[in-house]
Amino acid sequence: MVKSEALTDRSSEQTIKMFAGPDPDEYSKCVHCGFCLEVCPTYQQLSDENHSPRGRVFLIKQVAEGTLPLEAAVDPVFTCLDCRACETVCPSGVPVGHLIEMSRGQIHAARTQAQKQSRRERWMLRGLFSHPKRLRLAGNILRFYQVSGLRQLARSVGALKLLPSHLQEIEAGLPTVPLKPKERSLPLPVPHPASSSGRQPVRAALLTGCVMDVLFADVNDATARVIARNHMTVVVPEGQVCCGALHVHAGDREEAQALARRNIDAFLGAGSDFVVTNSAGCGAAMKEYGDLLRDDPAYREKAKTFSAMVRDISELLIEQGFDPPTGSLDQQVTYHDACHLCHAQGIREQPRQLIGAIAGVELVEMPDSDRCCGSAGVYNLTHPDMARQLLERKITDIPAEAEAVVMGNPGCMIQIRAGLAARERSTPVWHTVQLLDMAYQAEDQSSKR
Amino acid sequence: MLPEPVIHELEDIVGRNNLIVDEHRIVAYDCDAYVAEKYMPSAVVFPETTEQVVAIVRCLGREGIPFLPRGAGTGLSGGATPLNHEVVISLAKMDKLLDLDFENRRATVQPGFVNLRLTKEMANDGFYYAPDPSSQSVCTIGGNFAENSGGSHCLKYGVTTNHVVAAEVVLPSGEVITVGEPYGDPIGYDLLGVLVGSEGTLGITTAITVKILPKAQAVKTFLAYFDRVDDASQTVSDIIAQGIVPAACEMMDQLMIHAVDKSVYHVGYPDDIEAVLLVEIDGMLESVEDNAQRVLDVCNQNRVRTVRVAQNDRERALWWNSRKMAFPAIGRISPDYLVQDGVIPRTKLSAVLQRISALSAEYGLRVANVFHAGDGNLHPLICYDARIEGQLQQALALGQRILEVCVDMGGSITGEHGVGIEKIGHMAYMFSEHDLKAQQDLRDVFNPQGLCNSGKLVPRPGACVEDRSMHHVVPPILVGVGPDGGS
Repeated sequence: MVKSEALTDRSSEQTIKMFAGPDPDEYSKCVHCGFCLEVCPTYQQLSDENHSPRGRVFLIKQVAEGTLPLEAAVDPVFTCLDCRACETVCPSGVPVGHLIEMSRGQIHAARTQAQKQSRRERWMLRGLFSHPKRLRLAGNILRFYQVSGLRQLARSVGALKLLPSHLQEIEAGLPTVPLKPKERSLPLPVPHPASSSGRQPVRAALLTGCVMDVLFADVNDATARVIARNHMTVVVPEGQVCCGALHVHAGDREEAQALARRNIDAFLGAGSDFVVTNSAGCGAAMKEYGDLLRDDPAYREKAKTFSAMVRDISELLIEQGFDPPTGSLDQQVTYHDACHLCHAQGIREQPRQLIGAIAGVELVEMPDSDRCCGSAGVYNLTHPDMARQLLERKITDIPAEAEAVVMGNPGCMIQIRAGLAARERSTPVWHTVQLLDMAYQAEDQSSKR
Repeated sequence: MLPEPVIHELEDIVGRNNLIVDEHRIVAYDCDAYVAEKYMPSAVVFPETTEQVVAIVRCLGREGIPFLPRGAGTGLSGGATPLNHEVVISLAKMDKLLDLDFENRRATVQPGFVNLRLTKEMANDGFYYAPDPSSQSVCTIGGNFAENSGGSHCLKYGVTTNHVVAAEVVLPSGEVITVGEPYGDPIGYDLLGVLVGSEGTLGITTAITVKILPKAQAVKTFLAYFDRVDDASQTVSDIIAQGIVPAACEMMDQLMIHAVDKSVYHVGYPDDIEAVLLVEIDGMLESVEDNAQRVLDVCNQNRVRTVRVAQNDRERALWWNSRKMAFPAIGRISPDYLVQDGVIPRTKLSAVLQRISALSAEYGLRVANVFHAGDGNLHPLICYDARIEGQLQQALALGQRILEVCVDMGGSITGEHGVGIEKIGHMAYMFSEHDLKAQQDLRDVFNPQGLCNSGKLVPRPGACVEDRSMHHVVPPILVGVGPDGGS
């Protein structure tokens, strides 16, 4: 904690200078057509221009031009989910997500200067997510809570009711933390031998992620197995940290930059062909390191190189080719498009191709599969009401016949799991790569017989 | 700023969450998609029921406070811009589908219901709602009602007024009337015809009944690249001369093509073509096959470079998105734009385009063109940069010159975007003082206090300085001889 306090106390003048705010060339692209309104989850819920992409860009512009005070932009800019659905439809190409992030950076800098930043938020972002060891400790406490019978006890005596209702719901969505040794040591599978070409296997460096590593280590394991199953070598670079996406979303660009530099050093030093992630939010953030560090002469070029190497796991498999599993799973599944996969990275078809390649699996599309589930990083903690409304819609949209809900982002997995639990639906939630992994395991079992 | 008691009264009517008075938040409502002119509203209120609209209108009427209705704010002529610092009555929360009657082919919606949602709602049942403005994914049917919106497929299927059969309207007095008949023809004067396209100057619609159509049995969509604009426009004339009524027939010129291909709706048009035509044929399977061949023949006779038929719905959708997203895609090449909405006789297309090109050079502002070629509705998009001193004025002046060319060629200043505030100064170029007086008299019947969206559509008395009338819709002698001697 002491260390992070010291970071925030750096010269605020310098901080403000570093985050000069949104770029006029970016907001000037908006011609105010309003084509973004109907895809914006917050506008859909509130019907208020101030909570639409067009309205937010307009406010950002007014603030930049000095006709509105910065304070006027705070609520609209932070109510934004940063889901970027607006960018998918915007004909004139306004980078709304980037404008929002820059505006948050501006607000964050001003708040830091005025020492108005919430202590809880700062502790979460700088004190917890930035520190792999602390996160693992938190994970271990959570695991103890979940498996020791404490959770059972807490639930049975109604102790959870002492928590705010949105935290109760999220508690229900948390997976049981997998048992892990004290130091992370992902058992690295070796590349599947059946590689047809005589080439050197592609080296894929896996981002184990902050939340993924603690809460979804089984997804990481599945990812490693599936990569290896498809004739690539998995490496897990030492010294990697949280990708910084949550910090960028919260406006703490300075901390995000610090994390990015550490990851760049860790991954570029590992000598891999690709940086692979199974978290949509991390993938989107890392693909934008080039922009995040554009004003850092020492890292600018390295960041661009790094960003060009980043692949979502589904993207990697389609790009490099994958062996369609021969094992059959025999179930109907539906797919939820994580915002930071479909809107931020344009990845829609790849996961569907993977799912479609599994024998016996039928994909039943849900309506508005690319509408945000309300998770959006830590949005469900900062804006529980809006998050809950969006989750309600999402759960309603999950077809009754779906036997599993598949997606490619840990935040969405927690959120949707919580939503299903609240409605007492027992439909399991899987990461795309887990489904594929299960199919490969089914294949292995049938070949053993 | 509204007087405190009025704020409290509005709050009592709609609830605190449905009223915005904070000046930092009402500023988002200072214009619609026509951004050249902006005015601060005095408040924004979000009714959820007809009764709330009535109560709001009564309250404001009593206090003499001006007001106007607003849908999605995608209008292109400033119809929802609070010119007189109106209270903006946003209908965005009145967005329910009230009734769907497939057997009688009618749908009833609240005004804030989004155009495309209606078609999506019925897609699995094989029905759709025909009027399809390019903003249909966002714009509301209430807004379409106010503007009598058109769209690409209006060439064959007609504009909004041809599809609205009945409406519930709150008059500026607070009285609720129902006009039209859901089934069959209404008896007496066509008041519904008066209200559709009245741009929110006669009242606020709170429920709209429209026709819904079964999807055509077959559809074919063509994309044709032309080296010369002349050949493309001749193709349009020839297709129609053949007796074919295409469902849609759209054209984009080179600058427009370049802009839209830079957007997310990238088709991959060749860089050097002068024009692209998007033609759609629909109907019975046999007739579509037959007409498709004739369309191909006409294209070939007119030196088409390439003509392709959409191979699947996905390709068709991409082509249509490329066309429908064209206006805002101009943001790829210009920070600001003004779009005109002139109508000309189809046969004058080439001549008008040459005039526009000359005017563009004269003013030193780029003009991209996209149009509903089938019905001669032009959309020249004038590119400008508001940050450069004087460019907005130049763009407005150029727009005026283009509209004058349209009128001089025997056309009109607006096909589907409405007059709003944008074209109000051009009304006098098209109509005589007597024509305008007749329209003002009509408005005064519905809106005697002039509180409801005043200053739009028809210029205020005395505002028309010119009388270079081209369209004498009412012979001067008949004006002012009504039973009460006129007003």
